[in-house]
Amino acid sequence: MKIIIVGCGKIGTTILSSLVSEGHDIVAVDSDSAVLSEITNIHDVMGVCGNGVDSDILSEAGVGSAELFVAVTGSDELNMLSCFLAGRMGAKNTIARIRKPEYNDRSLAFMRQQLELSMSINPERMAAHELFNILKFPSAVKIETFSRRNLEMIEAFLGPQSPLDGMKLSDLGSRYRAKVLVCCVQRGEEVTIPDGSFVLKSGDKVGLTGSPAEVQKLFRDMGQLQKQARNIMILGGSRTAFYLAEMLTGIGSDVKIIEQDEKICAELCEALPRAVVINGDGAQQELLLEEGLRSLDAFVALTGMDEENILISIFAASQKVPKVIAKINREELSSMAGRLGLDCIVSPQKTIADRLVQYARALQNSLGSHVETMYKLMDGKAEALEFNVRPDPRLTDIPLKELKLKPNILIAGIIRSRRTVIPGGDDKILPGDRVVVLAANQRLSDLSDILR
Amino acid sequence: MNRKMIFYMIGRILQIEAGLFLLPAAVSLFYLEKSGFSFLIASAAAFLFGFLLTRLFRPSDSMIFAREGFVIVAFAWILMSAFGALPFVISREIPSFTDAFFETVSGFTTTGASILDNVEGLSRGILFWRSFTHWIGGMGVLVFIMAIFPSESGRSIHIMRAEMPGPIVGKILPKIRQTARILYLIYIAMTVLEMIFLLFGGMSLYESAVYAFGTAGTGGFGIRGDSVASYGSYIQWVITVFMLLFGVNFNLFYLILVGKVGQALKSGELRCYAAIAFLSVAAITANIYSLYGSFSHALRDSAFQVASILTTTGYSTCDFNLWPGFSKALLVLLMFVGGCAGSTAGGLKVSRLILIAKMIRRDLRKMIHPRAAGVVTFEGKRVEDATLNGVSVYFGVYAIAFSAILLLISLEPIGFESAFTAVAACINNIGPGLGTVGPAASFSFFSLPSKWLLSLAMLLGRLEIFPILLAFSPSTWRKR
Repeated sequence: MKIIIVGCGKIGTTILSSLVSEGHDIVAVDSDSAVLSEITNIHDVMGVCGNGVDSDILSEAGVGSAELFVAVTGSDELNMLSCFLAGRMGAKNTIARIRKPEYNDRSLAFMRQQLELSMSINPERMAAHELFNILKFPSAVKIETFSRRNLEMIEAFLGPQSPLDGMKLSDLGSRYRAKVLVCCVQRGEEVTIPDGSFVLKSGDKVGLTGSPAEVQKLFRDMGQLQKQARNIMILGGSRTAFYLAEMLTGIGSDVKIIEQDEKICAELCEALPRAVVINGDGAQQELLLEEGLRSLDAFVALTGMDEENILISIFAASQKVPKVIAKINREELSSMAGRLGLDCIVSPQKTIADRLVQYARALQNSLGSHVETMYKLMDGKAEALEFNVRPDPRLTDIPLKELKLKPNILIAGIIRSRRTVIPGGDDKILPGDRVVVLAANQRLSDLSDILR
Repeated sequence: MNRKMIFYMIGRILQIEAGLFLLPAAVSLFYLEKSGFSFLIASAAAFLFGFLLTRLFRPSDSMIFAREGFVIVAFAWILMSAFGALPFVISREIPSFTDAFFETVSGFTTTGASILDNVEGLSRGILFWRSFTHWIGGMGVLVFIMAIFPSESGRSIHIMRAEMPGPIVGKILPKIRQTARILYLIYIAMTVLEMIFLLFGGMSLYESAVYAFGTAGTGGFGIRGDSVASYGSYIQWVITVFMLLFGVNFNLFYLILVGKVGQALKSGELRCYAAIAFLSVAAITANIYSLYGSFSHALRDSAFQVASILTTTGYSTCDFNLWPGFSKALLVLLMFVGGCAGSTAGGLKVSRLILIAKMIRRDLRKMIHPRAAGVVTFEGKRVEDATLNGVSVYFGVYAIAFSAILLLISLEPIGFESAFTAVAACINNIGPGLGTVGPAASFSFFSLPSKWLLSLAMLLGRLEIFPILLAFSPSTWRKR
């Protein structure tokens, strides 16, 4: 599929590298030729140097035959205009990054319609959403939701004292009565889809699926449930921090934002009347302690500097803050931060890139049972996909145990009219269901891909 | 330095070459010549060696950077030439390995300089292989590999850049594989087209293939002692036109293919190339008119020779050694110009010369107005300082390499004119020079060391010096 990406900043390059590994034909447009030559050296893509709003440049990039056009430059207005032109010149789907908080939901919807955008993306808001979900259920390091929150996929670390240490998966059901499925396990670098004989060990990162209530029940039974974070400190007054604080104060949590820049502090104060905004340097341990670091429920580091986020998060963890989350943009750093003991890491770039991969894959086959939602799990080594099931004689109405599935595939959940089924061998997939499939080390774009 | 990946790629290339040997083997079989066996033996040897390399050096990661790209290309070309020389030696048609190696390098680098005094005495299979090497070397064997095999990583652009001539190597389609494919498709289509035109001129299929290969790769090997002179004027004109076409940047053909004819014709390099060709033909026709007396004959000969030398092909329809000094000087200068970047031609390339001229103009202006801001533009776009720097450095390295080789070749007792044009003809991948290496003569009289040195000159010219230089510089191989 031909995809054009305008703007090769941090977000643009992350999207680009995810889409390249999906095998798409990609043309990158940027006004900085140094950036382009760097990208074309590393990835198999074509670079076009110029302004993404110039119709000559767009036609040089081949916009007429592009299936997907993504504008992710730093300027919202440039992205909109670029997408508008691309749509007029024949690009089939257009996606613009629009992230200014000034554009509220109503005006965004109007613009999307008028400019005929397929989608507008706001990385900061998506990241804030992800953070918000984790803060509501801090036992997890990552939470993804399917089908309007009817099914959740949760990644959690098994700590040294975890009651699951040494437990066989087949015993899990009898020990705890919660209807939850362990659908993937990451041990070291390796990701496996376990069967009943698999024995869990502390230090594993496990992926669980189930309805939100059942997942909560499991953690409560294990005695590992952390309550929803109510007292939260956010470091750095970025856009993500703004969105997150807005959501958190909306449900009545106490939010403290620490920001160095006086002007930003004033703006935040004005926009978030219920949050406490502190003007100071978050790197000063004295300041953090004075503001009650030790009595927090959660600490979120959201400054623009990955390194600062990592270091201050480590300090916060050492002060026994129950939940510490760091925003890390660069992938190299996030794996290193994992080794330093930070388990919970959020990257806006990654979130966006996953969203676009999902979009592209859904475009690729709009005929069969196509991808509704897709998440990358376990550092991208596994994927969870939600499919909307269409009738298929090879697949539907057949008990699951009779289906010949490929290895490393798991049907993790079936959602039938708002009810979630954790499937057993006798369950069937029916047309009209939504099915969540877990795949390790492979890519699916259609539900029938799971068959041998 | 990812050594495993380097050897693995070279192994693959040799396996490809083993496959390529089968074509001349089939030709030999068709004409019932025993030279066919030598191809089969050479094919087996290349396959075995390549197989061993790919087995012994299975790369754990396929990460390559620019320097791996250079080294792969340099060694691939040297080994390919060594194995390509085997059929000549095994069949005893060129018994000396040095001669056979020279002949093969001359083929792959699309030079066309030959050590054969009597071409017509060789078997058809061997002559077919000799011309086929032109065709393979013209577009490049690594580009061919990229067109067939899916690339393991996005980084194989480094290999393509090292093999494709010209100051800027870009893609015309998003993926390397598609780009390589479309280039080869254009290449094949144009070769077939030329064969069809030649068949109409009364050539046999075999002859048309040999001459189309020689033209397409801008090589210059033929099967007659007098090159193209004894063919009729129709065939001479067909070859003239196709020589000029193969000297054009292939990206422009792609533009024409997708209907952007206007954009293709606006290319500054193409216009400059056409102007150089037109003016040279006019000047030489005027200069030699008195020798011929017939305008059409003078025009035909001058057009053919200009096209042949400018695109670095090296065919000839007359002995231009006998032309007046002005015409000879002009031809020698054309040797250094070469065709457009991104074509199969050798030489310095028109685009480099344009950039150099523009840099000179910019710097002269700066001398007059010391604070003037100067930007060099090419094809409507600003050229990066790094690219300009690359062009100047290449020019410098080229001059040094040329002088060094010239100095050593001058030890041969052949006089300055012959030595100078021999080196120029080799490093620019043309073939014949003037004097004792003129179109009617061969390179057979050179001593062994000189033949090796000229082989090196041809490789330096085809790969644009840096790959060979880097492959043999110790700092490339030192661990980081």
